[in-house]
Amino acid sequence: MKAFAQLFLSLDETNKTNEKVKVLKDYFNTVPDWDKMHTLALFTGRKPKRQINSTLVRNWAIEASNIPVWLFEESYQVVGDLAETMSLLMPQNSTGSDKTLTEWIAEINELGNKTEEERKLWLMESWAMLNTQERFVFNKILTGGFRVGVSQNLVIKALSEVSGLDAPTITHRIMGNWTPETYHYSQLVQDQAPADNISRPYPFFLAYPLQETSDKQRSVEEVQDTLGDATLWQAEWKWEGIRAQLIKREGKMFIWSRGEDLATDKFPELHPFLNALPDGTVLDGEILSFRDGLPLPFNVLQTRIGRKNLSKKILEESPVALIAYDCLEYQGEDIRDKTQSERRAVLEQLQTGTSFPEIFRLSALVEFDSWDELAKKREQSRAMVAEGVMLKRKNATYQVGRRRGDWWKWKIDPLSVDAVMVYAQKGHGRRADLYTDYTFAVWDGDKLVPFAKAYSGLTDAEINKVDYFVKRNTLEKFGPVRTVNPELVFEIGFEGINRSNRHKSGVALRFPRILRWRHDKPKEEADTIETLKALLGE
Amino acid sequence: MPKKPLLEFTDRGIFCSKGNFYIDPWKPVDDAVITHAQSDHAYWGHKRYLAHHLSKQVLLYRLGEINLQTVEYGEKVIKNGVEISLYPAGHVIGSAQIRVESEGEVWVVSGDYKVEDDGVSTPFEPVKCHHFISECTFGMPVYQWKPQAQVFDDINAWWRSNLVNGVATVLVGYSLGKAQRIIQNLDLSIGKIYTHGVIENTTQALRNNGVLLNPTERITPETPREEIKKGIVLAPPSSVGTSWMRKFGPYSFGYCSGWMAIRGAKRRRAAERGFVLSDHADWNGLVSAIDATGCEKVYLTHGYTASFTRYLNEIGFDAHEVHTLYGNEEEEQTEGQKIDEILPTERAGGSQ
Repeated sequence: MKAFAQLFLSLDETNKTNEKVKVLKDYFNTVPDWDKMHTLALFTGRKPKRQINSTLVRNWAIEASNIPVWLFEESYQVVGDLAETMSLLMPQNSTGSDKTLTEWIAEINELGNKTEEERKLWLMESWAMLNTQERFVFNKILTGGFRVGVSQNLVIKALSEVSGLDAPTITHRIMGNWTPETYHYSQLVQDQAPADNISRPYPFFLAYPLQETSDKQRSVEEVQDTLGDATLWQAEWKWEGIRAQLIKREGKMFIWSRGEDLATDKFPELHPFLNALPDGTVLDGEILSFRDGLPLPFNVLQTRIGRKNLSKKILEESPVALIAYDCLEYQGEDIRDKTQSERRAVLEQLQTGTSFPEIFRLSALVEFDSWDELAKKREQSRAMVAEGVMLKRKNATYQVGRRRGDWWKWKIDPLSVDAVMVYAQKGHGRRADLYTDYTFAVWDGDKLVPFAKAYSGLTDAEINKVDYFVKRNTLEKFGPVRTVNPELVFEIGFEGINRSNRHKSGVALRFPRILRWRHDKPKEEADTIETLKALLGE
Repeated sequence: MPKKPLLEFTDRGIFCSKGNFYIDPWKPVDDAVITHAQSDHAYWGHKRYLAHHLSKQVLLYRLGEINLQTVEYGEKVIKNGVEISLYPAGHVIGSAQIRVESEGEVWVVSGDYKVEDDGVSTPFEPVKCHHFISECTFGMPVYQWKPQAQVFDDINAWWRSNLVNGVATVLVGYSLGKAQRIIQNLDLSIGKIYTHGVIENTTQALRNNGVLLNPTERITPETPREEIKKGIVLAPPSSVGTSWMRKFGPYSFGYCSGWMAIRGAKRRRAAERGFVLSDHADWNGLVSAIDATGCEKVYLTHGYTASFTRYLNEIGFDAHEVHTLYGNEEEEQTEGQKIDEILPTERAGGSQ
């Protein structure tokens, strides 16, 4: 654990990519192989099962810290990270523990068979044994909130340099279901592909944004400059659903979501068509809710994502289908190196042969001869229930991860209203102890109705100014939330808007964020609830 | 009619009506007693100043020609029958707690303080009183400092590793207090200390005041870059991200501050190395210092006042939260002072 805690600290201590890779390499070169795999699992989101629920962890941490509950809660607001708060509040110990990461995780996994009393005893003793930095990463592992200031790409780059295996191969070999208890480092880095797990998906190819979310609109000329000749590209609608990879191998089906969750059971509607596909087929596409051949808004799909059990009612209200846009494996062969057009032909052929054309749909190509023409078609995105258009270079291979060059997303410009900030709350992570999370309201007659929360879009300098304002303009405090003088006006952008009974304003926004601070507008000139409801397009 | 308290909190600062003087006032007054020379405590524009004599040269450097009387720790000054005396606060060189006594009633204003002996400032001394006015900049239990020797071991080790890696070393800290503490505690067998002009001027002012400090060299356009790379650059927070700092590149950038105790705060300042070193008392330091005064009432002026006041009341103190303008510590949180840019001025008025 010492090495792992030090790794975490060292990664925090540099902002430079090369340094981070070096730190990771040094770490991988010194720790035992099982520690390597555990680290890889943690850094790619494969955290151990939570063995003690977080309320108990929190209560025992309060006991170990010997402070009142309210002071613990306020400390958490200052720190903005539960694992870190707990590690800072406990009595300091400067020696630390010599157990390895693998040993600690094994102990955590054994807790499943223990009584609550035994778990508490184990946790209290463990905390007392660890120093502050070790305790911090230990708490992260224990509570499952593991996020680290290093991307998966960097970890893979380091592993690639340590093992001599190329990065795309490693990326592929760590996809899918594996556990660090059973997948050994030597299997990961052997020359020949391991006797492959038939469920293993390919790494997704992700599009680069042509226009950043809060950016100004790209002109046709700028698009021309970035992408060149329009005839070299194919365009599709950018669907608003769940990115998924569907696998049919050896008579078995697997459905993976982009978050690399195995979600086969969540989409029973897709099973008949997938089952009918030839073995050795892998499709890439978007799962959407459909009714009468038309996609439904994303929030309809959202209502079924979180459910453990899919009731009959849900299946009726939100039936899904796949809009397929790529084929990665055909007849058991990895065809990612073929061109976009060649893969498209394979996909179209598969789709033509299906008996389930309502469920296995093809992402239609948007025809265009010039960027001008495409820009005009892009204006129809909302009517198509799409987020914009996707651009794929016709001769591009299917690559790994988010890369600039061959796949671009050109989203529609967000909808927007001017709104007044009414509540503020402290943020987390690097925004800890600063008021960075705001609630916005629009006018309903002479009252302000809150309608959206937004966290992103301001610069650090602007955040400091808003924080200063909040601290001096607080009307009331409700736990961590402050109501503030309604004075500051911001332009709030969002991707979509839907009617909602759960919200006081009667609407729910999709991906709201701050586009800019309207220093020029007094609060009286903010928009009204009528303006917002007009955007519902009903 | 109840007796008027010896010290009151007004919109100009802490006021003694009986003695007709203010302590650390932020608006111009006739008589100001100054706890220490940092800018959120020592404002310009008062007719007469009273401070510790080790604050003299820094105050003159920062505020220009002022009418300044200085005293030793423990020396008594009588104003309109009220006795004023200064006691070490351990915050920076020359920092003082102000003890005010009249008719057997004693008030102490802490200014800023820390309880750890930093080897540079005269160590903090608890002063018995009835009423204690305390800061609580770090009045949350997540702030617990390590002994400074450990922190300087880390700083020296970092400096050495930068030399090995061939990058310059830039260390940021306040120009008054932190800078001198660093200058006196670095391992000078590693290399020389190079200073930003603001730090050099402040340090020189202290030397002129008779304080013995390790040698430093002011960075000028002529200072050879290669020499700087072998040493350590001390820079104030205001220089972070400026072209002045960039020209030392490639460099590793460390930040000395109590705020570095929190990972998020450190990442926000984009510091590669955050060294948790503060001139303020940590949580345990605050509680023990307040306890040592034996006070009947304690008033919290700046920091996490609401939470800390509540805690003190729960453990049996009679604690009160008061509002002052202290704590906008020099150089660091200057962003906040640009409130005028946030709101048209007429709307900003009276928002405190």
